[in-house]
Amino acid sequence: MGNSDAITLEILRRITEVMRENAEELTRLDSAIGDGDHGTNMARGFNAVLPKVEAMAGQPPSALLKTTATTLISTVGGAAGPLYGTAFLRAATALDGKNDIDERDVLAAFEAALEGIKARGKASPGEKTMVDALTPAVDALRAAVEQGQDLSTALDHAAAAARTGMEATIPMLATKGRASYLGERSIGHQDPGATSSYLIVQAIADVVRENSG
Amino acid sequence: MPVGLVIVAHSQRLAEGVREVALQMTGGSVTIEAAGGVAGGALGTDAEAIARAIAAADSPDGVLVLMDLGSAVLSTEMAVEMLGDRLQGRVVLSDAPLVEGAVVAAVEASIGRSLDEVARTALDARQMTKVKR
Repeated sequence: MGNSDAITLEILRRITEVMRENAEELTRLDSAIGDGDHGTNMARGFNAVLPKVEAMAGQPPSALLKTTATTLISTVGGAAGPLYGTAFLRAATALDGKNDIDERDVLAAFEAALEGIKARGKASPGEKTMVDALTPAVDALRAAVEQGQDLSTALDHAAAAARTGMEATIPMLATKGRASYLGERSIGHQDPGATSSYLIVQAIADVVRENSG
Repeated sequence: MPVGLVIVAHSQRLAEGVREVALQMTGGSVTIEAAGGVAGGALGTDAEAIARAIAAADSPDGVLVLMDLGSAVLSTEMAVEMLGDRLQGRVVLSDAPLVEGAVVAAVEASIGRSLDEVARTALDARQMTKVKR
């Protein structure tokens, strides 16, 4: 992608939009099994991110992602703050010094982001968390990139896998986060963290598709 | 200089309330900082505010951090990383219950115990019985 900085900014705009639109739904999901603030928290976080990155015209993608990370860390409030903060920070590091991002760079950024979330949350797949949407997304992205698919197609596969992973959290028993206090009653509800993770991957895929070809 | 304490909670009022109760035990000899809520008054925890509180409570003998619920731990871990090598090794995150842990830690710190001793005694607060059965 020749205009990686502009596309990164557009992705952050889209994620903000999507978080605003889905704030109510995320909060509804979180009210069922958590403290009922995930949607409000994510919208507040990205509402704080947007004006900062809008003012960074001409700076490389890694700088935009780093600002996103530090802003989310201090404004989201829930576990999603340090978790997504770590994810964006690791992605920023993976893209450091790159102005022309290709599919291998995007894969490296996604892998770093997922590793960051797993390390920060000490989470593994199957625990009804963000990791359950992001692990299949990264696996699908890696498979598509290794098969030589273009970035847009690869990200579409990643978003589809994230959606399937998100839906697969419904029958899971939560053992992490506030939902774990509910024990068996967490079963039957879709995880709000997995849902926001899917929404982010889908937003990235949508923006890249609209800007390709 | 006694060990410093930091109280991290989702609510600013909770963090400040626990700080107030713990301070009462120290005669003012221990620095106790509260980091609760996020900017704008919402419930949650803010890693940057926690980092500032740890830096403010820092003493050569170290800092013990007590937290209320899960994501407070994630934010505190992030705060310690943000502070970097400067404080690493002399900040301990306590798994103690917030109120009992803070009170016990404040007493221990005020009598000049080491960070290890303050941390261990705070953790023992899990075994404290309030209601006799």
